[in-house]
Amino acid sequence: MERQQDYVLRTVEERGVRLIRLWFTDVLGQLKSVAISPAELENAFEEGMHFDGSAIDGFSRVQESDALAKPDPNTFELLPWGSGSEISARMFCDILSHDGTPFEGDPRQVLKRNLDRAHERGFSFMVAPQMEFFYFANADPSQPLQPLDTGGYFDLTTADVASDLRKRTLLVLEAMGIPVEYSFHEDAPSQHEIDLRYTDALTMADNVMTFRLVVKEIAMEQGAFATFMPKPLAGVQGSGMHTHMSLFEGDENAFHESGDPYGLSKVARGFIAGLLHHSHEITAVTNQLVNSYKRLIAGYEAPVYVTWARNNESALVRVPVTKRGKSSSTRIEYRSPDPACNPYLAYSVMLAAGLKGIEEGYDLPPETTANVFEMTPEERAAEGIRPLPQSLSDALDVMEGSELVAEALGEHIFEWFLRNKRSEWMDYKSQVTQFELDRYLPTW
Amino acid sequence: MEPILLFPDPVPPELAQALDLAGYPWKAAADEATADREEPDDGWAGAIVCAHVEPERAFALCRALRKRDAPLEPVLLLVSGTQLGDLELREDLFDDFCLAPFHPRELEARLKHLFWRTGQGTRPELIEYGDLVLNLETYQAAIAGKPLDLTYMEYELLKFLSSHPGKVFTRETLLSRVWGYEYYGGARTVDVHIRRLRAKLGEGHAGLIQTVRSVGYRFGQSRWSL
Repeated sequence: MERQQDYVLRTVEERGVRLIRLWFTDVLGQLKSVAISPAELENAFEEGMHFDGSAIDGFSRVQESDALAKPDPNTFELLPWGSGSEISARMFCDILSHDGTPFEGDPRQVLKRNLDRAHERGFSFMVAPQMEFFYFANADPSQPLQPLDTGGYFDLTTADVASDLRKRTLLVLEAMGIPVEYSFHEDAPSQHEIDLRYTDALTMADNVMTFRLVVKEIAMEQGAFATFMPKPLAGVQGSGMHTHMSLFEGDENAFHESGDPYGLSKVARGFIAGLLHHSHEITAVTNQLVNSYKRLIAGYEAPVYVTWARNNESALVRVPVTKRGKSSSTRIEYRSPDPACNPYLAYSVMLAAGLKGIEEGYDLPPETTANVFEMTPEERAAEGIRPLPQSLSDALDVMEGSELVAEALGEHIFEWFLRNKRSEWMDYKSQVTQFELDRYLPTW
Repeated sequence: MEPILLFPDPVPPELAQALDLAGYPWKAAADEATADREEPDDGWAGAIVCAHVEPERAFALCRALRKRDAPLEPVLLLVSGTQLGDLELREDLFDDFCLAPFHPRELEARLKHLFWRTGQGTRPELIEYGDLVLNLETYQAAIAGKPLDLTYMEYELLKFLSSHPGKVFTRETLLSRVWGYEYYGGARTVDVHIRRLRAKLGEGHAGLIQTVRSVGYRFGQSRWSL
């Protein structure tokens, strides 16, 4: 540890860094930042920085609201915006209670705890999310949203604002050590996708937090607005965060088995079965907004039913075909999460569900090759195909009864999350929407 | 700086890692004959002998090194706590000792002090390869004078690779020598960091780190193609 801190201290000095931003994440997945001067840095490493936790969503507890933010020197990175006297850097923090124990409300440590559990079984959890988002010309919710372009899937739009934005975003991401695998125009007007290259889940959760900031920051530089809201426009595709996952045992991909017709090992089958089995329970975490459930409907390439398949875009879990001989790239894709989730918590529950399937040796149901949307409800029932929760309220009901989620998140976050999200649902329910007025006022 | 002679071969991994991190070059030898044969033209910079691993042969090697026409100095002995009695009447065989298991910082401090006393150069402060320069004092890396923004692990990985140009390392070796602990990503962490490092080195220099198919990675030119 000492050497890493020394590295940070010397770099701050050598590079003339004026401001160090200490980043952490609240339970809802919002990035929080406290800036300190280089003079405070050594103290921050040794003792952590005090702050009032009661003002942070999910951190508050009546008796004990003081918390410590302790920077993780491994995450030190210069921020590529600003120059000259403005040079700043960031580090992600772990949040500690006053007695130095991990703070129960800190999502980053929730993920660390779950990764440790996987590690005890010899597994490293690798993830690669596909981040979808929209650019709009304005950010005012009272005005109709104006897309920046009218392109479609894979369209190479001519030098428009949006593709410039995306290009500049890629450069900044690469400069920050966040490698990008693909980036392209998505189906909907002004919808874009950037696929991040796989890395371990903790680094990736940090990367997702950085990613969301970078995308918004760069849009704002150009007077535009970027959003990760799951379904900003009715009638077109919403934004998902399809997540590719694999487990490694040392250098070996534990999901791969060359003799298997699907190329899947017993570990992979157990993991998929676990995800499917517990998908209802974890949906409130992977899709945490009222709006998330407006994306999970038929007709827009979003998963609605709990199925798995190799080549079926309607499946909840997809097993992508890997290139021959590329055993290390065997992976599965979980398609329900959206980019407005808290990545630390989402990865925690996805991993916990998968591991449970491996431990308990759940049987993997057969692949669903048919188009589930074309089946009748009776046919689906006969095949044992269940829908995902239909609303945030439904998802919370299932989550409340889930031991798996309670254990993965820890009692404190589990209860706070349920309470907070119930109240979000009640706020929503108390609204009378335009839909209702249009539909019911004339007829009743 | 010439390499330090280490005994035994293989070297305890924690020792290899501590020296790598501190930036000291080294070479292991299993016996006196190998130590003579492998000796660089300008002589060994010194020796670190692990008496806690093979006491008898360790002391024999120390004796041999001291009996040379020009006795090898400095010699740092690693001993376990229960061996302290064995040091008696052997004071002439070493210049300093360190208790094993050792603290890397203590080892580093003792080496620094020994080299200062024997008037030899301390560890190298710069690693240069083409227009890539690493300043080990300030932890800064630059290409053609333009600083690279590296994270700590990216810097350590680049330092390790560039101080062994032409040599091929497996992922496991890199993981144990550079990380020295099991990170969440396991051996895959190495690939991820190599890719990030290449991206930061930029297109013109990404080729400095080469993938050696089904083995691992190599920095710079292969020794055989020169």
